[in-house]
Amino acid sequence: MSVDFIISHMNYWLFIVLMMTGFYIVVSRGNFIKKIIGLNIFQSAVFMFYISLGKVTGGTAPIFPLKLENIDPSVVYSNPLPHVLILTAIVVGVATTALGLALIVRIREEFGTIEEEDILEIESDMQAKDNRRHGDAMGGRA
Amino acid sequence: MAAATTVPVLGIIDQLPLLVVVVPMIAAPLCVLFGNRTIAWILTFAASLASLLFSLHLLLQVMDGDVVSYWLGGWGPKDGGIAKGIEYRIDAANAFVLVLISLISTIVLPYARRSIEFEITKVSHTLFYCCYLLCFTGLLGVVATGDAFNVFVFLEISSLSTYVLVAMGAERDKRALTAAYDYLILGTIGATFFVIGIGFLYSATGTLNMEELSVRLPELGTNRTVQVGFAFVVVGMGLKAAFYPLHLWLPGAYTFAPSVVTAFLAGTATKAAIYVLLRFLFTVFNPEMVFNTDALSYLLIPLAVLAMFAGSLIAVFQTELKRLLAYSSVAQVGYMALGIGFLSTTGVTATMVHLFNHGITKAALFLVVGAYVLRAGTSFTDRLAGLGRQMPWTSAAFVIGGLSLIGVPGTAGFISKWVLLQAALEKDWWWMGLLIVASSLLAVIYVWRIVEILYLQQPRAGKEIAEAPLSMLVPIWILAIACIWFGFATEMTIGASETAANSLIGGRS
Repeated sequence: MSVDFIISHMNYWLFIVLMMTGFYIVVSRGNFIKKIIGLNIFQSAVFMFYISLGKVTGGTAPIFPLKLENIDPSVVYSNPLPHVLILTAIVVGVATTALGLALIVRIREEFGTIEEEDILEIESDMQAKDNRRHGDAMGGRA
Repeated sequence: MAAATTVPVLGIIDQLPLLVVVVPMIAAPLCVLFGNRTIAWILTFAASLASLLFSLHLLLQVMDGDVVSYWLGGWGPKDGGIAKGIEYRIDAANAFVLVLISLISTIVLPYARRSIEFEITKVSHTLFYCCYLLCFTGLLGVVATGDAFNVFVFLEISSLSTYVLVAMGAERDKRALTAAYDYLILGTIGATFFVIGIGFLYSATGTLNMEELSVRLPELGTNRTVQVGFAFVVVGMGLKAAFYPLHLWLPGAYTFAPSVVTAFLAGTATKAAIYVLLRFLFTVFNPEMVFNTDALSYLLIPLAVLAMFAGSLIAVFQTELKRLLAYSSVAQVGYMALGIGFLSTTGVTATMVHLFNHGITKAALFLVVGAYVLRAGTSFTDRLAGLGRQMPWTSAAFVIGGLSLIGVPGTAGFISKWVLLQAALEKDWWWMGLLIVASSLLAVIYVWRIVEILYLQQPRAGKEIAEAPLSMLVPIWILAIACIWFGFATEMTIGASETAANSLIGGRS
């Protein structure tokens, strides 16, 4: 793997680093808000991956003059399609974040905490109470 | 403009592939705008019924192997050029799934009214119907579209509204909130994986249209980018479909969501994800690439078998009926994954048949649970003692659904397991047949446990429990009768599934 190869694929390296950073935060952090932030970084990495896909070497912004006259056929334009796709994905990301934060507000109201450990403890207490009342169950996850 | 004259005038029938999706989408904000519970319900039901009629019409159109192609805004390829816009492409496979989704929605809705009055505060009812319709729109859109990125958009529409619907169970149990949050995190990771996969495919081929992808991908041969994209798509969709190690969100979400939501999701949401997986595995990626990659078989089959046994085994020990059925769903998704893992036409037929049969069976069972929640106030099994005598009709429907879940001859569940067995024997894997039968025996245990509680135990003293209201009994019994009907009238399901499997695998040649 030559240095040229690494440099010419710089956008992909950065995408992988950013994506794994976000993913790691989602998995490792116990705080619900930090998880949402990690999710945002994870998604932003994908957005940047798509946007960098649209770049054409030497290409300019894909904007035509209002009147489609005097267009120079030698001008190279970048590919606008990935940009448009990512506009949609950004909207989806914003909606996900908003919903996630709204859920966190409700969780804070009901549980009094947004730390995963504390919530798991409260939930296993509730589970144990259910089990005492309704007979033992093999609860949990498998 | 001169170009306008060349566009053929489309009748209403030609617009059906789009109308199926657009009608519920337009009805959703209207529910909130009117702000009246009754009007919202009527709108929801009308939109759902309209989608059902449209998709039935589409299924009849494509039943003999035809394909209906619809380009949004007429942005189709001109003179053999490339696709410019988004295509909605209906063949036997997705028409079949469209019918399943809109059928279950239409049957569940009359029941929903009474059930959510009990489980959700009145203020949120219009919002409930709005989210329900958006979820419905998303699921239909995922299935109807022929554009890879469009799948992602609709997937997120349905997922986001699903998280809200699950969280609405918080009024009965606050754990619904954390279940919804877990689902949000995992669901978003799954969808983002999927979109990364699409990005890789786009960078390798320069198109998002599934038909064009399926033509261009084979030309690339064994391209690393395509293989990575394939892996991302499979994992992302596997998460949404709750394939075995990726099912962690399912039990919580199904247990704490309002009963109607659980019934609707169990019948439709994972099914739509499995359909997308099938579409990508067999249509978008060329079957030769998939079939020669034994890795997929080696990955899917052991996990599917593990799901069949682990899911059923955990279900046996549950004391909460909803959670029991949720774990049983994990096991049943295992059967579908097994069908895919066989990588044969019979295997895919088995998956399609089971998709349909399990959809109606599980929806029926979860509706029964909702009726118990309404009358007995809970779905813990010790509170259901003796309900077989107090709610005879509801409980009889549970028995029928349970039999279909086990796969007793004469019920829908038997048909799908039969086809699955055939697919196993086709490969001379007789031990696999034994495993399928053995895991069904586990289903006998957990279904029998509930039946014993319902019929053989003494009712709890002091509380008179009435039969479920008619508006709930009718939907339950429509689905219960369907479970038996499709156990005998097999031409329709197997025929449609075979056409679907052929259009997924063989139709490309």
